[in-house]
Amino acid sequence: MTEVLYLGAGIAFIVGLKQLGGPRTARSGNRVAALGMLVAIAVTLVAQDIINWGILAAGLTVGSALGAWFAIRVQMTSMPQLVAAFNGFGGIASALVASVVVIEGGLADLAPETVITLILSTVIGAVTFSGSFIAFGKLQGILPGRPLVFPGQKIVNATLAISLIGLAIWAGVAGEVAGYWAVGGIALAIGIMAVIPIGGADMPVVISLLNSFSGLAAAAAGFAIESNALIIGGALVGAAGLILTIQMTEAMNRSLANVLFAGFGSDGGSSVAGTMSDQPVTRATADDVAIAMAYAESVMIVPGYGLAVAQAQHAVRELADSLEEMDITVHYAIHPVAGRMPGHMNVLLAEADVPYEQLLDLEQADPLFAQTDVVLIVGANDVVNPSARDDSDSPIYGMPTLNVDRAKKVIVVKRSLSPGFAGIDNPLFYDEKTLMFFTDAKAGLEETQIALKSL
Amino acid sequence: MSVLLVGITVFVLAAFVGFEIISKVPPTLHTPLMSGANAISGITIIGAIAAAGLSATSLAQILGFLAVVTATINVVGGFLVTDRMLEMFKSRRDRDRASK
Repeated sequence: MTEVLYLGAGIAFIVGLKQLGGPRTARSGNRVAALGMLVAIAVTLVAQDIINWGILAAGLTVGSALGAWFAIRVQMTSMPQLVAAFNGFGGIASALVASVVVIEGGLADLAPETVITLILSTVIGAVTFSGSFIAFGKLQGILPGRPLVFPGQKIVNATLAISLIGLAIWAGVAGEVAGYWAVGGIALAIGIMAVIPIGGADMPVVISLLNSFSGLAAAAAGFAIESNALIIGGALVGAAGLILTIQMTEAMNRSLANVLFAGFGSDGGSSVAGTMSDQPVTRATADDVAIAMAYAESVMIVPGYGLAVAQAQHAVRELADSLEEMDITVHYAIHPVAGRMPGHMNVLLAEADVPYEQLLDLEQADPLFAQTDVVLIVGANDVVNPSARDDSDSPIYGMPTLNVDRAKKVIVVKRSLSPGFAGIDNPLFYDEKTLMFFTDAKAGLEETQIALKSL
Repeated sequence: MSVLLVGITVFVLAAFVGFEIISKVPPTLHTPLMSGANAISGITIIGAIAAAGLSATSLAQILGFLAVVTATINVVGGFLVTDRMLEMFKSRRDRDRASK
């Protein structure tokens, strides 16, 4: 009976994930999956001959309170940090489960496959934990968002990797528990070293990959404690995270290895970059922007990470509402890697009540630019950089971007001319059809809104 | 069939199911999908419950307790925040209805 109920939980996860893939069914899908989880927890509490009820009750209470507090308090702009943190908690939980098995039973008497999966679960879980919290630190601004690289980094990493493998073999073959703990410690260090050289704008890839890892850690723990529910849940999440990871790297036209190991952007503005910065740009005021849009028939808004930083999602939606009242067609063009996690912009705009039909992805939006009167770029940079298309020397050459320069007029709302994370100058800013509105996104959009009303 | 082989079979099949059902998700839902999937990875909580509930040594009990806390944060927080996000996703029809 227990196994049947666990299978039911596994089926609930599959159905839930499937429903999460459709806008109308997503919310019920999440609830189906949550119900499956509840069943799995209840079955475990009943079926196991639990002795330490006090510890268990305390753990469940503290965890529920903290989890609920994080979930309710988080601002939508901080969602990438929260997901990173949750990935980390899931990862370390799997590693801790494995460690308890090792403490209680040792390694010497276990079957070889159990030893291997215990070590795997510990390594993947620990890497997920420390890597996720480095990502959290970068996203939260506690750590610098730029890639952190230092001389000898490759040697340090290689040493860590070799010691990990050596110690894991020692722990496994000789049944040495001390070796097991050392493996766990080195895995934590590897997680840190793996994420510090990755720049903020590559976070969509990192978070997706860590998401996948948190699933794989659970699956490995499932092998170790012989639980099919863990294996099913873990494998599903591992697959989901991997698909998103691949989609994100494709959206940047880079390989996963390049994202993880290149220290991208560290050589800030090497190629044609700096040379262009002396060119004149056309500066605009809120009035100029309002007039340009008032005489348009169609406006395409391109949001980027700057929108999240400035918390300008409500301001942009109010401006869009005013434009629609003037019978101007408004759409949003969302690049897959705009923001700091997959779908970041969509969540922000949903919070501001923008209906999802108005949000176009890259393939839907790109053909429309040629017929668009005004493109309004709010806090996006690299995803609208024409040098990805035109300049074969550019570090981002070949990345699929939004060809906003095919529109009749382009307005860029941006704090300053500073280049994006990759340190690559953007020729779009110097294009004669581009108006640069240097301001904080939120304040600038609100001023534009007022200017539009007073026309 | 050995337990290991059964486990591998289950893993491979579940991974294929995962690839099949997730590959067509629209970008709009990428964040909720990820945070929902993240909550599912909290299934490790059932291992954590066994670890905390059955262990005899105090170190194991401490680590088991931490496993339950972190896994529960992952499960409760993950599902709640996903629900909170999805509550905001509205179609134009929903929005017009709400404003009337």
